[in-house]
Amino acid sequence: MSQTRVTDPEITPAVWREMGLSDSEYEQVKGILGRNPTYTELGMYAVMWSEHCGYKYSRPVLRLFKRYREQLDSGALENAGVVDIGDGYGIAMKIESHNHPSAVEPFQGAATGVGGILRDIFTMGARPIASLNSLRFGDLDDPHVRFLFEHVVAGIGFYGNCVGVPTVGGEVCFDKSYAGNPLVNAMSAGLVKLDSIASASAHGPGNSVMIVGSRTGRDGIHGATFASVELGPDSESKRPNVQMGDPFTEKLLIEATLEALQTGLIAGIQDMGAAGITCSTCETAAKAGTGMEIDVALVPQRESGMTPYEIMLSESQERMLAIVQKGREDEVASVFKKWGLNAVVIGHVTDDGLVRVRHHGEVVAEVPAKSLADECPTYQLEADEPAYIAAVRSRDAGDVPAGDCSQALLNLLARPTVASKRWVWEQYDHMVQTCTAIFPGSDAGVLRIRGIGKGIALTTDCNARQVYLDPYLGAKMAVYEGARNLACSGARAVAVTDCLNFGNPEKPEAFWQFKEAVRGIADACEELGTPVISGNVSFYNETPESAIHPTPVIGMLGVLDDVETRVSYCFKGEGDAVILLHAGWPQDASGGLAASELQAMASGELYGRLPDLREDKQRALHAVLLELSESGAMRSAHDVAEGGLAVCLAESAIAGGVGADVSLDAPVEPAAALFGEPAGFVIATASADAAAAIIETARARGIEAARVGVTGGSRLCISVNGERLVDVDLAAAAGAYQNSIGSIMDRS
Amino acid sequence: MSRKARIYVTLKPTLLDAQGRVVQQALTNIGFEGVENVRMGKYIEIDLADEAASESNVADMCARLLANPVTEDFRLDLEDA
Amino acid sequence: MKFGVIQFPGSNCDQDAYFAALNVLEQPTEYIWHESTDLAGFDCVIVPGGFSYGDYLRCGAVAALSPVMGAVKKHAAAGGLVMGVCNGFQILCESGLLPGALLRNEGLRFVCKHIFMRIENAGTRFTSAGAKGQVLRVPIAHGEGNYYCDDATLKELNGNGQVILRYCSPAGAIDRACNPNGALDGIAGIVNREGNVAGMMPHPERACEPVLGSTDGLVILRSLLAGQGLSKGSVCLRPE
Repeated sequence: MSQTRVTDPEITPAVWREMGLSDSEYEQVKGILGRNPTYTELGMYAVMWSEHCGYKYSRPVLRLFKRYREQLDSGALENAGVVDIGDGYGIAMKIESHNHPSAVEPFQGAATGVGGILRDIFTMGARPIASLNSLRFGDLDDPHVRFLFEHVVAGIGFYGNCVGVPTVGGEVCFDKSYAGNPLVNAMSAGLVKLDSIASASAHGPGNSVMIVGSRTGRDGIHGATFASVELGPDSESKRPNVQMGDPFTEKLLIEATLEALQTGLIAGIQDMGAAGITCSTCETAAKAGTGMEIDVALVPQRESGMTPYEIMLSESQERMLAIVQKGREDEVASVFKKWGLNAVVIGHVTDDGLVRVRHHGEVVAEVPAKSLADECPTYQLEADEPAYIAAVRSRDAGDVPAGDCSQALLNLLARPTVASKRWVWEQYDHMVQTCTAIFPGSDAGVLRIRGIGKGIALTTDCNARQVYLDPYLGAKMAVYEGARNLACSGARAVAVTDCLNFGNPEKPEAFWQFKEAVRGIADACEELGTPVISGNVSFYNETPESAIHPTPVIGMLGVLDDVETRVSYCFKGEGDAVILLHAGWPQDASGGLAASELQAMASGELYGRLPDLREDKQRALHAVLLELSESGAMRSAHDVAEGGLAVCLAESAIAGGVGADVSLDAPVEPAAALFGEPAGFVIATASADAAAAIIETARARGIEAARVGVTGGSRLCISVNGERLVDVDLAAAAGAYQNSIGSIMDRS
Repeated sequence: MSRKARIYVTLKPTLLDAQGRVVQQALTNIGFEGVENVRMGKYIEIDLADEAASESNVADMCARLLANPVTEDFRLDLEDA
Repeated sequence: MKFGVIQFPGSNCDQDAYFAALNVLEQPTEYIWHESTDLAGFDCVIVPGGFSYGDYLRCGAVAALSPVMGAVKKHAAAGGLVMGVCNGFQILCESGLLPGALLRNEGLRFVCKHIFMRIENAGTRFTSAGAKGQVLRVPIAHGEGNYYCDDATLKELNGNGQVILRYCSPAGAIDRACNPNGALDGIAGIVNREGNVAGMMPHPERACEPVLGSTDGLVILRSLLAGQGLSKGSVCLRPE
């Protein structure tokens, strides 16, 4: 081992603490190496042992996910999980956060979030076929929030539109808890032949290690560490940490990578996201049980005078690491060259288990690959139920005043969280690749799979207000809502990817929320038979003023055996029967008003108890919906969510351009019947002739079903227990719903 | 010795510059008075070897690629780097 | 009838156009790489949508100078069909095969949605399967689709019946509110004077199967086949 380079700073406690390592972690590094680390080595450990890369706080809790536990124990964890959809095809899917970068540079932060998740997909050998985004912002009345919203949406469009992957769905919510800390979660799904899934491992000592794609610059150094601390007043000054996205290069990288994988000469491939070359070298070597030797001087560089430390930690975008059969490098390079991309040999795979980094031949780092990739120290953090939980749950949610129900409906429809997100998704190309069969706005985005007649449905869901009141039940409800949205679209739920956005885990209250939510997701996924196949944890989503609501976003994949059986949410014409299918009215009088949009609108507070979920009934409801879509009996189906039944009816009516006259019998207060948000309520329509059979099908499975009205006319009228409470002109409702976000954003 | 070309590409004056209009409005909104017009454009720097550094050569670059003669005007400065 | 779909670095509607020609029109179809200089054997060349060369500098500007566009010019001069969609329209304008230019959308934002457009001249090889005045519902997806040309060119386009498609209301009325990008005179698509090179911002290949929510794009695509019997140069423009 040669001397530490003279240009490197001296290593002092201040240096490793600034990098994010604790004193005891520094001692562990010394123990592993049997000597003091070099500056480059210290940087590599700091970034790989950050929460963002090493999951040092979350890993013990994530073991609750069965599939994750099994993969961790067998060493088979991949960039993204793959689900078999039959006919020899699989879907690779993952969701990932880019919250902190988007808070300081919303356009590039969101854009590179999309780019990063796409790379996770196509490194599996899968062609990305769909993107979704789950976004959360503060109150739109705040000009800075409007700035963030405008630029996050523009950034997603900039990147996704150029790479030619349709953005088919997602969600956008607004709540003051996200004012200083927006959430930008990007999800992507790709189609792969099951016999050609690529692996992120460095097999075959002697094989060459190539870096492909963009040249390396100084951008993003220590981005992973940045993601592992709270945002503070100086976060703006951390802007150099934000990477710049180049979707054009990404598009070339997609085509070149998929074509290069076809050659069969690539033994392993990994994208470079957080921690750049460090992460991709040590993870691929650790997974294969091999080692790797590279010379960073061979890495194509965009800036002059970069140190080994900088090259190893750069997070420059649109780069990949490929392990290529020895002697066949030129053939692989020629594919990348055809697409105008660099592909350069920087080293080779070894059998000694070490990642050895040279700089012009001189060794600057030599560390066990597994110690970086797999042996990040984990911590069992303290978890305490926050004091607010008991307080908010002890209050009765039944006292929410609805006032005039017609006006309340119009007001709810204009609330940005409820209002149409057309302003958002019209900025995204949601049709490129010509497979989008149900467009954004419906319960789930649906795509046909060319050549096999099947379809897939994708959704993201999380009602963070419910999770705030009850992290276990709220998270569980998010999974059930995802499955219900898929079922409403005619798809059988098959797998979950999750993005767990929480506050500072070193605070026992935040960690308790995290643990409870993970437990809820794990239980729900077991009950529904939908494994968590991939995911991401984002902690430290707080500012000195406040923490976000706990927000475990559930991305879910469903399969339609025949894409022609898909169902969308819009009413399909006049004279159809309106049918309410549900898992049972809440037993308590508050009737699902706890954590509802109405409660938030009326009081600005969240309180009460969430109604029981009745999991068995929920699953029966999903089965009924699938049966009805497969038989073609339903013309539309729409899940009751934010804003309750009244908003659900209004959305279907507005989208279909036809009104409805509806009469409900409900064993709860009228306001709760109209605006409560209990889980497991669906509004379906069918031809008048088909209605009786639908109700019979549902009841046979123990699901409550009733014909509650008929479509037609230009008004939406709703009576509850014989009293007409809502009577609105559909055009007025549509105006409130469709123009709300656009008109707010047009305020300068 | 090499030379540097500085090229400014702007929309022709007769065309509506929608971006410029928004920036003008934004400047006014945040309190700058008297902002009468904003025109946005592109600025391009090219380092040139001596033999390539003639005004006619750079003008040709502009005409053939860097500016669209249908919608854009250009102006160029050549100076010693 | 043999179709060719050009692939530039950054094209992203190339596969969609390919599938439409191959599977929907059921015609022999091949990709054409941007470095190709020989288009012998192709009857119709599609310049697809996307972000060729990242749309860097100006949409279509770099692609317009690529080797294949030299070949496209020869193909067009010999009377072959050329259809540019979206970025393809931008490339054809930049290359001089069509007059005018596409500016940034008036609203400054990218817009992806179904629009309505009216067939202004049904006597062209891109519209002959439709009727004059027919309204088509077809998607757009672009940030720079705001058609512009000078007054003399506009007069010529209108006078020669070279404006083939105009944005309109669902009922076919031309009004400002139905113009999604600020295009001059609501122009959505034009054809060259000779009638064999057309460009349009809307995507007919995105509206050619029931599963995609509209089949109105078939009117454009089938027109390409309908003109097969016409001999070279016998375009049938009908000046208004």
